[in-house]
Amino acid sequence: MARSFLPTRPGRGPFSPDFWRSPLRGPRFTSVLGVVLLAGITILFVTGLLSYAAYNPDLAPVNDKTPDKGILGFYLFSWPTDPPWLYRLTQGVHVTLGLALVPVLLAKLWSVVPKLFTLPPARSLTHALERISLLLLVGGALFEFTTGILNVQLDYVLPGSFYPLHFYGAWVFFGAFVAHVVLKAPVALRNLRKMREGSEGSEGSDDAADELVAPRPDRPTVSRRGALGLVGGGSLLLLATSAGRSFDGPLRETAVLTPHGGPEPGSGPNAFQINKTAAYAGIRAAETSEEAWRLAVRGRSGTVRLSRADLLGMPLHSAALPIACVEGWSTSDQWWRGVRLRDLAALVGHDDPADVFVESLQRHGAFRRAALRANQVADPRSLLALFVNGEELTLDHGHPARIIVPAAPGVLNTKWVARLTFGDL
Amino acid sequence: MRRSVPYRMVRPVLGSPFHLLVLLCSFALCAYAGVRLLDGDWFMVMLWFVGAAVLHDLVLLPLYAAADRALVKGAGSRRRVWVPYLRVPAALSGLLLLVWFPLITGRVSERYAGVAGLSADGFLSRWLLVTAVLFGGSAVVFAVRLRRRPPADD
Repeated sequence: MARSFLPTRPGRGPFSPDFWRSPLRGPRFTSVLGVVLLAGITILFVTGLLSYAAYNPDLAPVNDKTPDKGILGFYLFSWPTDPPWLYRLTQGVHVTLGLALVPVLLAKLWSVVPKLFTLPPARSLTHALERISLLLLVGGALFEFTTGILNVQLDYVLPGSFYPLHFYGAWVFFGAFVAHVVLKAPVALRNLRKMREGSEGSEGSDDAADELVAPRPDRPTVSRRGALGLVGGGSLLLLATSAGRSFDGPLRETAVLTPHGGPEPGSGPNAFQINKTAAYAGIRAAETSEEAWRLAVRGRSGTVRLSRADLLGMPLHSAALPIACVEGWSTSDQWWRGVRLRDLAALVGHDDPADVFVESLQRHGAFRRAALRANQVADPRSLLALFVNGEELTLDHGHPARIIVPAAPGVLNTKWVARLTFGDL
Repeated sequence: MRRSVPYRMVRPVLGSPFHLLVLLCSFALCAYAGVRLLDGDWFMVMLWFVGAAVLHDLVLLPLYAAADRALVKGAGSRRRVWVPYLRVPAALSGLLLLVWFPLITGRVSERYAGVAGLSADGFLSRWLLVTAVLFGGSAVVFAVRLRRRPPADD
């Protein structure tokens, strides 16, 4: 072995190659997992970037949780309103695929763990840098998966706000990921080709020298195919217990271990998923009563104050739109009814498309104020909704009035709206 | 020939120039995002970032590897045939616990109920139920296989 020519003393414990006994470890096992992660993490990264763009962070400071992003926002674009299920799809894929990749990531890390202990610690400057890069890769992957998984369970133990941590962490991870792919993907793909060409079964003779292969392996207790089957089974189990929360009714009930899975809250037309309850947002019934609540609409021609009765006197329109949360859950289309945002804009002198700044009665919460772009305001399906599924909104769904915009992330569909300011932000 | 002499001397110290270039490009991006990631409670963020890798590589992985080793050793060479039927459901159940422990242990129950208006009580019992189904299913498959083909002694 090449190793024995190196001028180092043989290591002890995990630093000795003999410590690692599993006959499963080898370039082929690692290559299969690596190629799955290459595809999976690429999808996670792209859908993550799309989710970031969906918030329109370059539109107004209130939408931007990462004002120092610099060139990392190079690709930002106006988030479209079509198809209306766009964010439901991209974010559902982002979170559900992320969950399903957990066992693949764990297996991949297991398969290469002996490399953590290789001696000498660095054979050259490049090798030393590569090991630092691997710390960013492994730390970054675990950081991204951990912050994401904790956030969807509302476990806010993170050392800061989720948005900047997950966003900047993703770029640190991606930097290391690209280097790893450039350096390793050709080898992994070559290994897979060899496997497909037939020499299935035991590791080929040219693999025996690979440092992943145990020099003194134990007797196998599971085949490579069996071990990959277990990893795939873990992915399927996570998928089967999570994917249902992107749907309603019986499908949602299959998401037995996932937040916003299981039965819908309450019963009747308003029995669909709630992101933040009125009680949690600090909304008091006294503020939303017919007498107390007034909607302030400001724009070019001044301010108009409207009661709910005034709004009901305006032309009402309907739109069937889903709610999709950054946490990965979503509802099917709900049937919303209310006043078009563009009609409200016209009321205060904006006949041309204008951005809008929306403020809620909500006292705390990151998105109690949010901005929508002119293309979102102009869409005829964008409503200040007063009804859902044929009934008045309940307090938890934003009574007396809430925003609903096609394809926008859930938190931009502000509930308990108190003020709309049209015009340049 | 003359040019190759200093190169041969440098190469073992430096390593592959292509690798070096790729890594330096990668570090530039990591550093650009990294200073922004660390803007804030930099010590805690660093602790989470590095701690995640350390905790996984030096705690979680050795723990489950030791548990698996104990299982295989405990089974003895004659009874190894039932090892997978214990290993698979244990691994799958452990995986679910690892991912969903905030909900299963109830540490976020109060917030979950307050925020989402949903009950957080069922997660522990549902996880136990899934675990029971996994082990039960595995036992059934094992029994069927035993019936069809008694294990060969080795």
